[in-house]
Amino acid sequence: MMEILRCTVNNKPVEVGIDPRESLADTLRQRLGLTSVKKGCEVGECGACTVLVDGVAIDSCIYLSVWAQGKTILTVEGLRDENGELTPLQKAFVEEAAVQCGFCTPGIIMSAVEIVGSGKLYTREELRKLISGHLCRCTGYENILNAVERAVQEAHKFVGKEE
Amino acid sequence: MYDISSLYQATSVADAIRALQADPKAILIAGGTDVLIKIREGRLPGCSLVSIHELGEELRGIALAPNGDVEIGPLSTFRDVTFSPIIRQHIPVLGEATDMAGGPQLRAVGTIGGNVCNGVTSADSASTLMALDAVLVVRGPAGERRVPISQWYKGVHQVNLAHDELLVKLLIPRENYDGFTGHYIKYAQRSAMDIATLGVSCLVKLSEDKRLVRQVKLAFGVANPVPMRSPAAEAAVAGLPLEEAIAQIGKAALQDVNPRTSWRASREFRLQLVEELSGRALREAARKGGAAV
Amino acid sequence: MEVGRSIPRVDAADKVTGRAKYTDDLCPRPVLEAKILHSTIANGWVKSMDISAAQALPGVVKVLTCFDVPDIQYPTPGHPWSVEKGHQDVADRKLLSRRVRIYGEDIAAVVAEDEITALHALELIRVEYEEYPVLLEPGQAMAPGAGAIHEEHPDNILAKMDLRTPITDPRYETVEQVLDDPQLYQFRGHYETQQVQHCHIENPVSFAWMEAGRIHVVTSTQIPHIVRRVIGQALGIGWGRIQVIKPYIGGGFGNKQEVLYEPLNAWLTTQVGGRCVRLDVSREETFQNTRSRHPISFDVAAAVDREGNLMARSCTAISNQGGYASHGNAIVANAITGFRQLYPDRVGHHSTACTVYTNRPAPGAMRGYGIPQCNFAAECMMEDIAQKFGFDPIELRLKNIMPLGYVDPFNGITCHSTGLRECILKGAEAMGWDELRAQYRNQTGPVRRGVGMACFSYKTGVYPISLETASARMVLNQDGTVQLQLGATEIGQGGDTVFSQMAAEAIGIPTEDVHIVSFQDTDTAPFDTGAYASRQTYVTGKAIKKVGLEFRQKLLSYAAELFPQAGELTIDGRAIADETGERLISLEDLATTAFYSLEHSVHITAEGTNHCKENTFAFGCCFAQVEVDIPVGKVKVLRLINVHDSGRLINPSLAAAQVHGGMSMGMGYALSEEMKLDPKTGRLLNGNLLDYKMPTSMDHPDLTALFVETDDPSGPFGNKALGEPPAIPVAPAIRNAVLNATGVAVNTLPLSPQKLVEEFTKGGLIGHV
Repeated sequence: MMEILRCTVNNKPVEVGIDPRESLADTLRQRLGLTSVKKGCEVGECGACTVLVDGVAIDSCIYLSVWAQGKTILTVEGLRDENGELTPLQKAFVEEAAVQCGFCTPGIIMSAVEIVGSGKLYTREELRKLISGHLCRCTGYENILNAVERAVQEAHKFVGKEE
Repeated sequence: MYDISSLYQATSVADAIRALQADPKAILIAGGTDVLIKIREGRLPGCSLVSIHELGEELRGIALAPNGDVEIGPLSTFRDVTFSPIIRQHIPVLGEATDMAGGPQLRAVGTIGGNVCNGVTSADSASTLMALDAVLVVRGPAGERRVPISQWYKGVHQVNLAHDELLVKLLIPRENYDGFTGHYIKYAQRSAMDIATLGVSCLVKLSEDKRLVRQVKLAFGVANPVPMRSPAAEAAVAGLPLEEAIAQIGKAALQDVNPRTSWRASREFRLQLVEELSGRALREAARKGGAAV
Repeated sequence: MEVGRSIPRVDAADKVTGRAKYTDDLCPRPVLEAKILHSTIANGWVKSMDISAAQALPGVVKVLTCFDVPDIQYPTPGHPWSVEKGHQDVADRKLLSRRVRIYGEDIAAVVAEDEITALHALELIRVEYEEYPVLLEPGQAMAPGAGAIHEEHPDNILAKMDLRTPITDPRYETVEQVLDDPQLYQFRGHYETQQVQHCHIENPVSFAWMEAGRIHVVTSTQIPHIVRRVIGQALGIGWGRIQVIKPYIGGGFGNKQEVLYEPLNAWLTTQVGGRCVRLDVSREETFQNTRSRHPISFDVAAAVDREGNLMARSCTAISNQGGYASHGNAIVANAITGFRQLYPDRVGHHSTACTVYTNRPAPGAMRGYGIPQCNFAAECMMEDIAQKFGFDPIELRLKNIMPLGYVDPFNGITCHSTGLRECILKGAEAMGWDELRAQYRNQTGPVRRGVGMACFSYKTGVYPISLETASARMVLNQDGTVQLQLGATEIGQGGDTVFSQMAAEAIGIPTEDVHIVSFQDTDTAPFDTGAYASRQTYVTGKAIKKVGLEFRQKLLSYAAELFPQAGELTIDGRAIADETGERLISLEDLATTAFYSLEHSVHITAEGTNHCKENTFAFGCCFAQVEVDIPVGKVKVLRLINVHDSGRLINPSLAAAQVHGGMSMGMGYALSEEMKLDPKTGRLLNGNLLDYKMPTSMDHPDLTALFVETDDPSGPFGNKALGEPPAIPVAPAIRNAVLNATGVAVNTLPLSPQKLVEEFTKGGLIGHV
């Protein structure tokens, strides 16, 4: 039943044997060791398994691995700045005390990567909507929003897009 | 790991139809946000799947036909619909409705075709598509047929689609949106990641002076086992001054709806929502149409 | 000063990079997968089970049933063990149970080569039941002839309490006489709270294997040392034969202060030759089969004099315990105690509590441990008294709150410090209370606004009700940095960070030079009962301070050996300095010398236990501003402000973050969360994160966390409880705000839309239906 999945994961070409019944979350966690991809519900309700597929944040628990054929996948393990250090977004999460138990954190950061990467500015209410696919029980989202807001503003200074 | 006995990835619409013909028990999977969840719940043990997930070239995308009809590929995601410049310009209410389904990650994957084909009354696009009198183009071994959405829903989880047929296009005829403005209210307990307790979509065409209601199209989700229109409400308010229409439309709609009591919400509560939210939806739709209300 | 600094969490970088490892991240693969068969009835017996088809399925390693498990009943709550039999936790469950007490009872387990095979095997097991009527409410369970859910308790009453404080006024003999005194304002009320769940995002997963004749379990828990003990008790083996490892955990909130599936998993590995078995508890199982917050109903009465002095109150609380004792009567006992303590009645107080077994999913510990429930009753009651008799709600509270020096008449817990008055005044000012209350008078129309508030008190740790004990160990590294080892656990609250700050403060070095060992391994971690009761910064904090000072003294003593002429020495950052402030030797050189000196080699360590025999009260309040859309029953929280007196803050920014999370949980409790059961079958209807309505980011307002810092003389660094309290006052504050907006007093939680529409209809605000 095994199939070969060829795709790009965290900027590297990957060729891995998969069971076609696997979710992308299973493949990333168990075959590629990318354990930042967390499972909290397995039905797309909590957002802990969020990764980027071709630049778009999706719940990898309800995404079959076979669909990732030829696509580009990014997880938190693939984030770092030019010096191998934390990205400004990750730094914002650290410094704004946006992390508590940390279980939802990698998923939210991946949604935030897409948000920040748009180069646009967003209101706080827009950001609330953009991260609304993630459940967090520790933070009340307050400091998460502070961190994302800060990262959005920092990114906007460099690549600012209006709209 | 999903309890799937086989998965066939179709290479084209024709190939998918062939695969469905070959396996009378096969289940079609598109975005996966409904089917995979059912599999995990154990409702489709050992199922075989025909995936059309990768048929984006044939089935994804939104276009404006030369005659002004809006054509939506069923594999267009909720997000595609919401951010489509064509939808934003011509039928913004539909994009607003698809923007209320689930959360951002789900909207990036879930498809409008799946939302219509799973036959669920709470589907966020359904009431607006009802109000728009969308036409569903399905293709099977014998070719294509067009199904008005009024004839689409046959019952809970049942739609007018044979096992070996595929929805290949959603068509919004120009006359159904042109001159109308619309508003969709999703009433749910949470502002995201929720299913509608009631969905109300209202389209309105106003008189030139924006004071009179020329025509209203009012549709509901979860007011009935399947998405529905309210002919009584539409008839009751046609031609009325706007404020009067807003005041009366909810009561009139009560004649048509038949919500049920479930553990999620009582019939009485849903009736209260129907009455209250119909007027609100009309008010907002009229406001978008330039009325000073 | 290391204490009081808002440094980033010590684990933050690991958590934003995905390096932080949680239980399942560490599980070797391939691994045997265990799945549990749950009953499809809520009350009865398993008469027989046919496992032959399941056992024959290729890939199935073992099928074990309730007929196979050891005949041992064991307790599950995360309490310190008591050596006095009368104080021991109720031992009322087995690994798998023939007696079905809840819908979804654990009745068999399959161990298979993969998850799908295990699930298929579950489908193949045939079960024959003897079925009894479903008893979901205390009234049903206590009715004559209801039938015992546990044979040890024929009337289904797990425990009862009846507490009367001494009467201080010679004119009365009983509290009831005060309550009936016509000279006083009399108030009667009934309030109810609902069953809700913790919703930590990581489900309680574990894996277990055998090695060297011992059982090893890696698990997502708040209480590794207690898990070890309970596994030993459940399997009837020596506790030393078990090793429990606790990695990072994805939240607990009290649910993981219970020994859930670790004993079963430990037993399963013994049944498959010690091979590694993973027991992944799904979200749905977490909802149905792990713990939750007790639904409690309160009948209350009060007598108030014309000036607004509370003369007496009574409180009768009935707690729905579900199918298993778990923390049992301790929670409602805490509830009636908390109800009493916040406003010490001038003449007397009478409270009774009763804990009743039913067929609900069994509640246990959850953030606040009974206090969110009693606080809803107490603070709705205060608001209703104010409204009914024309008192200002804030004045009424200020007149009656616990004074400094208060000593609880039963447990002796003393108010060593209080900033509650300042908290209330600060919150009122931040909210703009007076202006808004004036503005919101005489509103009309379908959408109205209101403000409400509520305050609370909360003790710190469990002394003297239970043992409070914690140990710490500090080990000097060759570079002069320090290894900090604790049995206290990081569960997301920031424990590791503030422990590191406390150790640094006590020793006198920078926090950056303290390396905390985050994972607890019961083979090597010092003993500590774990994360619960908002105890660790207080109880473990005292251990850290004690051991840190001893460790500091050892460094100074060794330095004195090296510099015999130097006089009084001190630690100055990363060096030893003399009285003049001159730096004599860096800690790095000192450490290297101590390790490798040919004259006197010593590996400097310190270790000790703090047996804590103190307690103190933390305080705070919540102010809520809401907008109510009356015709559709929607409450929008516009602003939420919590103000806390948790003593000195060890790390103000982490403290604020902790408060935000509690406010969020309190908001869900107020408005949307509720475990809904099918009354016919007892099945949980909304056991998933779609149908269970915990608030999303879009349902939140901006959250404001403010503090009034007192310096508690009993706290190791002037600090008091913080972890649980933020969740406590939010629900009554929101309820009181809705009352202010609409004039409608809703006396049961949650204030869900349908309930509000019903209440507003009854109250005449909605004209039809």
